[in-house]
Amino acid sequence: MLKITQWIVVTLVLCLSVGTAFSQGLAPPSNVTAVDTPNDDGSSITIKWDAASEGSGISGYQILRQIAGGDLEEIGELLPVGTTTYADSSIEKGNLYTYIVRAVSETEATVDSEQTAPVKGTGEWFHTGKTALFIAMLLFSTAIVWNIYNARSGKDIFVRRIPGLEAVDEAIGRATEMGRSILYSTGLGGVSGVATIASMTILGQVARRTADYETALRVPCRDPIVLNVVREMVKTAYLEEGRPDAYNEDDIFFLTGSQFAYAAGVEGMMLREKPAAIFLQGTFYAESLILAETGNSVGAIQIAGTDSEHQLPFFIAACDYTLIGEELYAASAYLSREPMLLGSLRGQDWGKLLLFAAIILGVVLELFGVSWITTLLQRVS
Amino acid sequence: MKRQVPLVLCFVFGIAMIFTQFSPHSFSQGIYEEVISWALIIGPFALVLATVTLIQTHTTRIRRRTEHWQYSLVVFAGLIIMVLIGIFFTPQNSVFEWLYNNVQLPMDATMFSLLAFFIASAAYRAFRARTFEASLLLITALIVMMGNVPIGDLLSNDTASKARQWILDNPNLSARRGIILGVSLGVISQSIRIILGIERSYLGGGD
Repeated sequence: MLKITQWIVVTLVLCLSVGTAFSQGLAPPSNVTAVDTPNDDGSSITIKWDAASEGSGISGYQILRQIAGGDLEEIGELLPVGTTTYADSSIEKGNLYTYIVRAVSETEATVDSEQTAPVKGTGEWFHTGKTALFIAMLLFSTAIVWNIYNARSGKDIFVRRIPGLEAVDEAIGRATEMGRSILYSTGLGGVSGVATIASMTILGQVARRTADYETALRVPCRDPIVLNVVREMVKTAYLEEGRPDAYNEDDIFFLTGSQFAYAAGVEGMMLREKPAAIFLQGTFYAESLILAETGNSVGAIQIAGTDSEHQLPFFIAACDYTLIGEELYAASAYLSREPMLLGSLRGQDWGKLLLFAAIILGVVLELFGVSWITTLLQRVS
Repeated sequence: MKRQVPLVLCFVFGIAMIFTQFSPHSFSQGIYEEVISWALIIGPFALVLATVTLIQTHTTRIRRRTEHWQYSLVVFAGLIIMVLIGIFFTPQNSVFEWLYNNVQLPMDATMFSLLAFFIASAAYRAFRARTFEASLLLITALIVMMGNVPIGDLLSNDTASKARQWILDNPNLSARRGIILGVSLGVISQSIRIILGIERSYLGGGD
């Protein structure tokens, strides 16, 4: 009887061993850790584990989660083999969670890892991945602010000649002599666009001159908020020039919010009114060439300016003068000649110099196989 | 006071919004989303003002019988029809959709199509080989155009598309990146001027 019992036990042990061997030696995922996802708002926990070795028989992973005092539950889909991380973004802040990574074979046999230590999601106050960008921003801002306050001493600051801005007076003078109007478009951008703000600044300067010369200034707007700001700006410019009587509110109007309807409207104005000078300043898209070519066909002197690099070639081909990118932002300083604004331009040049130096140094170092500056710049971007 | 309050608000919110870009914490992201939604509220108020100015402009044109004043009637007809259908039958209504798909969209497409002709006329002017630069532009454009069409590769044994790619990846990309760098620095500089209240012309000109 004892022998029979021993025989049964040995057989059972053998069966179990063979069974385990037959489950393709499925080893549990190793080194499973769960950590709070760095640089987030605390709404995610990242689970990591080691990659399975080749021939392990694992076909995928299933993540199991347990909230403190709760049941174990499956989360997400079955992850493909080769996956070694999983970010659980469905957690509730403040709760403690533990995780198990379950390896699944093709025969749907499973084996679980050990349960991780409890962890909870915590929001970070500073994104450490953006440290380099933060330092670059601080350096650049400091350079600009330092130059602005240095400029208050009244020291003469050299600004290179910008033909497009030099031509502003010429364009207004031409319109005045011909007795025709000036058409000014601030583009399609909203009031939050920096290019639109720069455009409105130029418009303010143009309005001062048109107030002096009593030349009609027509401004069709695409954005309702821009319309109201532009009206206020032009009105103030006329008041400050002592010509409130010359200001006509009807000349600044809302045309339409639709891109091509706006293009059609402005194009129609160009063909009907034949303005002597056209300013296209701000953010433009596909309608840029439609406007610029029509302006060209009516023989107007055209000064364009945009930061949309895809539209610049069109403006350069069809307009008399084009403010390229940063020149648009330099316009307010250039036209007003205010020392503090000019100081900011110098600060901007310092930043540019620093970038050029970094690029040249990066190229030279790359030639010698050193790539730390490239890595740093990639991190900043 | 009329000037100081907007300047102080601009400074406080400008600095706060910069720091929300570096702080992923839910508190700072909450502030960011809140401020963005405040900004959206201004839109509908401004739209009312814009509609009023649109009506004023076209009413004046009709009253004064200016040139092509009849088109202002079309503007009013379109405005009234779309608003009435939108209010009483919702924008999902089939008549509203039909008008949008069969009136608005074809007109937009027509305007967009005009671009092809304008590109041709602008290219003709830009590519006239009068100067060294214009000649260079002409040759480069020819290579890029040949690289874009199958016959270019057929005639040049794939050289045209390789040359095109080289032009786009090297001289063209370098110039674009130069412009983008300048624009980015210009934007930062302009933003600092606005935040610090040095650039305040957007508040209504002058100081």
